Amino acid sequence: MSSTPVLPGGFELPLEPRLPRIGAVDQVALEERAASLAKRSIKQESKRFALELAVRMMDLTTLEGSDTPGKVAALAAKAIQPDPADPSVPSCAAICVYPNLVPAAVARVRGTGVKVASVATAFPSGQSSLAVKLLDVEEAVAFGADEIDMVIDRGAFLSGRYAKVYDEIVRVKEACAAAHLKVILETGELGTYDNVRRASLLAMAAGADFIKTSTGKLPKAATLPMLLCMLEAIRDVHDETGRVVGMKPAGGIRTAKQAIQNLVIVSETLGPDWLTPDRFRLGASSLLNDVLMQIRTQKTGRYQNPEYFTRD
Amino acid sequence: MTEELAFRGFEYAPAPESRSIVRLEDAYGLFVGGRWREPAETYTTISPASEEPLAQVGQAGPEDVGAAVAAAREAFAGQWSALRPAERAKYLYRIARLLQERAREFAVLESLNGGKPIKESRDVDLPLAAAHFFYYAGWADKLEYAFPNRRPRPIGVAGQIIPWNFPLLMLAWKIAPALAAGNTVVLKPAETTPLTALLFCDVLRQAELPRGVVNIVTGDGRTGAALVSHPDVDKIAFTGSTEVGKAIQRELAGTGKGLTLELGGKAANIVFDDAPLDQAVEGIVNGIFFNQGHVCCAGSRLLVQESIQQPLIDKLKRRLGTLRVGDPLDKNTDVGAINSAAQLQRIEELVAAGEQEGAEIYQPPCRLPEQGYWFAPTVFTNVAQSHRIAQEEIFGPVLSALTFRTPEEAVEKANNTAYGLSAGVWTEKGSRILWTAQRLRAGVVWANTFNRFDPTSPFGGYKESGFGREGGLHGLEPYLRFDGDATEWGG
Repeated sequence: MSSTPVLPGGFELPLEPRLPRIGAVDQVALEERAASLAKRSIKQESKRFALELAVRMMDLTTLEGSDTPGKVAALAAKAIQPDPADPSVPSCAAICVYPNLVPAAVARVRGTGVKVASVATAFPSGQSSLAVKLLDVEEAVAFGADEIDMVIDRGAFLSGRYAKVYDEIVRVKEACAAAHLKVILETGELGTYDNVRRASLLAMAAGADFIKTSTGKLPKAATLPMLLCMLEAIRDVHDETGRVVGMKPAGGIRTAKQAIQNLVIVSETLGPDWLTPDRFRLGASSLLNDVLMQIRTQKTGRYQNPEYFTRD
Repeated sequence: MTEELAFRGFEYAPAPESRSIVRLEDAYGLFVGGRWREPAETYTTISPASEEPLAQVGQAGPEDVGAAVAAAREAFAGQWSALRPAERAKYLYRIARLLQERAREFAVLESLNGGKPIKESRDVDLPLAAAHFFYYAGWADKLEYAFPNRRPRPIGVAGQIIPWNFPLLMLAWKIAPALAAGNTVVLKPAETTPLTALLFCDVLRQAELPRGVVNIVTGDGRTGAALVSHPDVDKIAFTGSTEVGKAIQRELAGTGKGLTLELGGKAANIVFDDAPLDQAVEGIVNGIFFNQGHVCCAGSRLLVQESIQQPLIDKLKRRLGTLRVGDPLDKNTDVGAINSAAQLQRIEELVAAGEQEGAEIYQPPCRLPEQGYWFAPTVFTNVAQSHRIAQEEIFGPVLSALTFRTPEEAVEKANNTAYGLSAGVWTEKGSRILWTAQRLRAGVVWANTFNRFDPTSPFGGYKESGFGREGGLHGLEPYLRFDGDATEWGG
């Protein structure tokens, strides 16, 4: 495509021997493929497998102005033991909170295996100076966050200043130290799948451990074609360089059915190697109870009353 | 426990569509003049996925065909051709709605008798079949507007012979325009896939279509030959192999009967170096593995620009590994059964020839069922234009991949075939799509997609892919006569 952006100098360097071709994405065909994968009929033991996997992959999230230590404590308890009536249901992967609440979260999940993820870099808009963003990250890390969910500078990306986007991610990655870095593209603001693919490659080149669709603050977020588009970019990077990058769709995933559709797309695009919480996460605030309800339905053969599951 | 499962990957439990919605008779007669006629001979129709016998079906002989043509003639001369066009349309609308209402039943039966995956019969064959009846119903009372100042009139009795790859859809392609134009028909379904056509007779009963307007005679090639040579048939419409098409054309020469032929193909799917690769792979897979490659317009030749051959073929091979081959009635099946033992044998013969000629074969690891007729998805690389697998229609899940260096070379190779039914072009450049499409000698050219059909769009071939068009306004023309036609003067 003639409008393929000129990439910043040094863009190739972190991804020796070479980057995958930037390439293009065809919207119609991409959406068609995602829709056809969404029609897979997942039943019986495969459904149960997928549902339990979805719990293990979940980043249970609360990102509200009204969040308090009390709310975070409840969320942590839920993540550790999602279904008190059925201890065989595994814990979630992580809880995801604002930096201020990281200390409260860390105190609650210590020793359980549940990780603490913190959004940072002037989440959700990213409209602050690099110094402020780095301070945001450093604080969250100092508070004990295991994972940092940063946002890219969409303003810079959309105005063609790719180098700025790239450099910021590199700096944030440095600030993360041992913490894992998830880079949020906010796909709903990027406008085209071509842009989503470019932003994905840019983020991976700059050192992202995970790429993530959205902040959850926009209505059009983690759609299935968006997921597929980003997984294909991850696959190309893996093919070219052997580097493994994880994926986290977030925003708008509310039902067990959607979660299973996500897993089907991962499975048929990247294969079983990516079906682990180390490589795939589901960011969600209201998905868990529907998954728990479906798990119990699968186990008992009876549909469940939503009141049997705790609201936290 | 989950670690162990994860190790196996995400295996899908069986998700079969229930067969219980279909009620099969033990034996079917021939549908002549609105009644079931007892055939002199019968044969067994089976499920190609299991070789399980499904029903006894009539083998129509010359007398049976004669009776069907006579019934069609009587219906034509009687009320059908005199009926107000809007009334004809009403019947077609009814048929379309009934097909929609009974879609699941038809889809299951289509997959059962033909071997195609239920997701295709459910999502493609049935919706399109109904759409064709809806579309042509709309034209029935607007023929004067469709062909202004030409006084369109029906031609009479149409003999229609259809193939086994899209049994009900091909029936719809044939019957809908014929009836909309005011003709009556005698239709012969393919030998191996007669059941949905026979179930369609029940739809005709529900729609209260006047007796004799549609007659359905089952049987093998002999039945088709009897229909072609019957003197009281005004027009033959045939979809099938080029070999049989040529024989029909020879037979009809000098008889004054109308003829349209929809024959074979060896379509080129051209992928330029700027194409969106992952989506192109989907298009290639759809182009050749849709309906097990039993598609006359299948993209059976992949022409890939040499500079991207490696990544594209790598992606394609990996994608082949995710194709689910097996039970056609399982909702997760991507590739179903080969339609018949004879077809399987033809595929095996051509694949053996490909290996012998030096092309490199790739098949993903997959377990094929023991019973029934199966062939693993296959890609040949290092194929040369001179190989048989680059020239002959395989009509199976077998792709031949060739390379090209420049757009001129791509067009030259794409056109270097006896056929000319369809082609595909994959590029991000709009101007290159137009440049290529203008030079391709193919009836349909798809750009950045493949196997897309719509009743409003004419479909048909160049060269040995046949002549005449189906679909759209063009599809009505062969079923009408006009002022100034040669037949008006010469009879």
